Amino acid sequence: MTASAVVTGLGVAAPNGLGTQDFWAATRAGKSGIGRITRFDPARYPSQLAGEIPGFAAEELLPGRLLPQTDRMTRLALVAADWALADAGVRPADLPAFDMGVVTASASGGFEFGQGELQKLWSKGSQYVSAYQSFAWFYAVNSGQISIRNGMKGPSGVIVSDQAGGLDAVAQARRQIRKGTPLIVTGAVDASICPWGWVAQMAGGRLSTRSEPARAYLPFDDEASGHVPGEGGAILILEEASAARRRGAKIYGEIAGYGTTFDPRPGSGRPPGLRRAIELALRDARLEPSDVDVVFADAAALPDHDRVEAEAIGAVFGPRGVPVTAPKSMTGRLYSGGAPLDLSAALLAIEEGLIPPTVNVAPSPGYGLDLVVAQPRPARLRTAMVLARGHGGFNSAMAVRAL
Amino acid sequence: MTGRRVVITGMEVLAPGGVGVEQFWSLLSEGRTATRGITFFDPAPFRSKVAAEMDFDGEAHGLSPQEARRMDRAAQFAVVAARGAVADSGIEMDRCDPHRVGVTLGSAVGATMSLDQEYRVVSDGGRLDLVDHTYTVPHIYDYLVPSSFVAEVAWAVGAEGAAAMVSTGCTSGIDSVGHAVELIREGTADIMVAGSSDAPISPITMACFDAIKATTPRTDHPAGASRPFDASRNGFVLGEGCAVFVLEERESARRRGAHVYAEIAGYATRSNAHHMTGLRQDGAEMAEAIRAALDEAVLDAEDIDYINAHGSGTKQNDRHETAAFKKSLGDHAYRTPVSSIKSMVGHSLGAIGSIEIAASVLAMKHHVVPPTANLHTADPECDLDYVPLTAREHRTDAVLTVGSGFGGFQSAMVLARTDRPERGAA
Amino acid sequence: MTTKGTEVTVRAFTLEDLKRILVEVAGADEDMGPDAEILDLGFEQLGYESLALLETGGRIERDYAITLADDALHAEVTPRELIDAVNNLLSAPAV
Repeated sequence: MTASAVVTGLGVAAPNGLGTQDFWAATRAGKSGIGRITRFDPARYPSQLAGEIPGFAAEELLPGRLLPQTDRMTRLALVAADWALADAGVRPADLPAFDMGVVTASASGGFEFGQGELQKLWSKGSQYVSAYQSFAWFYAVNSGQISIRNGMKGPSGVIVSDQAGGLDAVAQARRQIRKGTPLIVTGAVDASICPWGWVAQMAGGRLSTRSEPARAYLPFDDEASGHVPGEGGAILILEEASAARRRGAKIYGEIAGYGTTFDPRPGSGRPPGLRRAIELALRDARLEPSDVDVVFADAAALPDHDRVEAEAIGAVFGPRGVPVTAPKSMTGRLYSGGAPLDLSAALLAIEEGLIPPTVNVAPSPGYGLDLVVAQPRPARLRTAMVLARGHGGFNSAMAVRAL
Repeated sequence: MTGRRVVITGMEVLAPGGVGVEQFWSLLSEGRTATRGITFFDPAPFRSKVAAEMDFDGEAHGLSPQEARRMDRAAQFAVVAARGAVADSGIEMDRCDPHRVGVTLGSAVGATMSLDQEYRVVSDGGRLDLVDHTYTVPHIYDYLVPSSFVAEVAWAVGAEGAAAMVSTGCTSGIDSVGHAVELIREGTADIMVAGSSDAPISPITMACFDAIKATTPRTDHPAGASRPFDASRNGFVLGEGCAVFVLEERESARRRGAHVYAEIAGYATRSNAHHMTGLRQDGAEMAEAIRAALDEAVLDAEDIDYINAHGSGTKQNDRHETAAFKKSLGDHAYRTPVSSIKSMVGHSLGAIGSIEIAASVLAMKHHVVPPTANLHTADPECDLDYVPLTAREHRTDAVLTVGSGFGGFQSAMVLARTDRPERGAA
Repeated sequence: MTTKGTEVTVRAFTLEDLKRILVEVAGADEDMGPDAEILDLGFEQLGYESLALLETGGRIERDYAITLADDALHAEVTPRELIDAVNNLLSAPAV
């Protein structure tokens, strides 16, 4: 029997809530964290809205020595990891170092830190570039810093697959648990709301240019016109189930199944891969489609992407066959942080028996989705499916289940 | 799916000194080095002024003008190498189920070279805080998120299975291939196109390594600048390159009569949880990774015929891994040839791990251990057999290759010839 | 830099200067302790790791237009030794 991997701790940093309780209180109530960018003056840019995390005081939460060497995304990740470990009731110092690992995802690394150093390089000269630039911006930095802060010497890793990476990292964490490491810190946090990151995101042509927060990010709506980016994500503590039970840990749920695919080459005429990812996740979890009680959608908010996702969900679960929601309508798309945040929301939804809403959206009837809009929907929930897609063709699906 | 074993049936290497496996092996077996004074930009303001640069023209290697314009240099390497590896494997991809073919690529710094260039434009040479979006190239998102490399390779080879980038700093090249091995073993894929690519020789990379004095300040004699294990070593030489492999489940490779280079018998990674760039001198975590990789391979220390070292040529690293080899292999460490090909092709960050896997495979193919170039006087604290200066004929059936990366990652992989004499119960 | 007569008197590098730079580039934690106690402790004992020291060295080199020797700043060096080394470079005749 393959070891089961269960979630025993959550650490959330989201635009609509810092900390799990704040996040869930906002999410179940449909409270959005999207607003006009405050971290720089966005007036000159076509896109001006983002899901920013307000009130994050890193200097009160982390040692001063860590601040000069860390990007915002790493500070958020370190704090979220602290919270997740505390939530799980795990004191890393009490456990054998090789029994703990860290597997995170990253989409774009510490881009704001990188902008600062590139600016020093090109405006002042190479000798002004910081020693910390050698790692503060790179994709592996969050796994490295979390392992150092918590003394975790077991197998670690870093996955980059844009938004899908958030699920791919958790799947890799589950793989390490199955191979025998009892505890893995996993999930992802991204934060690239700096001018340089902003223009790179805009260049993709997938950002909404609407200025009214409630009208900007409208997945599955006839008025869908792109997404709003956000910052943050979630860190999860994954443990081998029997070890978690032995120590009397609270168990949020099990990572029951996972599937990942890549879309065919553009223009090949072959079908997209998202449906197959969902089917693989179901098979991996030994679930029938009817066992799934809610789907947390990727929710790209571009008509052709929404259509592909709606068709995949419809093909697997039937027309209006399963409640679908996109709480990321309240946070924006968080890149690799988005799917771990959805996993957290799914586990909290199961715990409360309440599907959080997709806000501001009037679902297009053409998609045939039972989209939970406006109000949260009470429901008996045991199993949830989270979907995540990355630019270029990455599709991942993950099922979580109450035990 | 237990019992699935993974073999290498195709490979391609793009390394300083030449494109292609043949040129790569002739450089290594002749002990030549590919380091030169930097030509990509004016190195005058930098502390370190040498690098192992490649002469590479994507269009000459089959990229369309559009591909060459769209892709970062490291992505171009990856696509060229992936096509070459698939061709070498003899697999007809259009006759395979694309759902069972996956891609993993490693890269430490992604599209750094393009990001550096594009930043300079949109910021008007660093003058603008609020960079000017009207000057961005349309594909800059693909530089922001380097998983675009994986997408390019998946399109190039027609893969529709599991696809991801593994980015663990300078162990990315081992970890990416190790990840692919796990996907085949667990049954997620039957064929993986796996490897790694980096093209970091750009001003921002040189500047940050200058700031931590990790790269060598030696400029008088570029060919002699990378000096792993030598008493006079004073930092690594930055390189660039790519290696990509075709990995297959062993039985299906046999069924199609594929040429098998080697089995990837064991892989493990650990973290030192110590420091983002520094290493503890006892090498304990790398030693643990080596032991775990040997366990997975069901091999003993004595079975290892050659150690392909990380051997970056920094003071700290070479002592660190010398200690790790002794701790994990015991006395056998003293009897085993060890060498660092970074002495010849430089340190291409996330790519080098895959390039070193290729070197390990070729060492087994030819029963020749590549040398450590520029090793004239060994550091007294580095007291193993580092195969100085000239390649050595040596029966090589199993190789250990290791890597050490910023972030504290320590990875080890064991490769073995599939026709090696089987031991007792193994 | 001030001039006194024809002789160039170079600005001295003090413990206060060093402390200010350390806080800026390596971050502040708790109070380092009384000056008399920290002057002769190694930087590692004071809680500064290698990168923080490289960053500190780079900053001093830029601010004071000097080039420190590669071994001028490492874990065992004390603030007093570093301050002396910087002041020696500052008072060295220009060439």
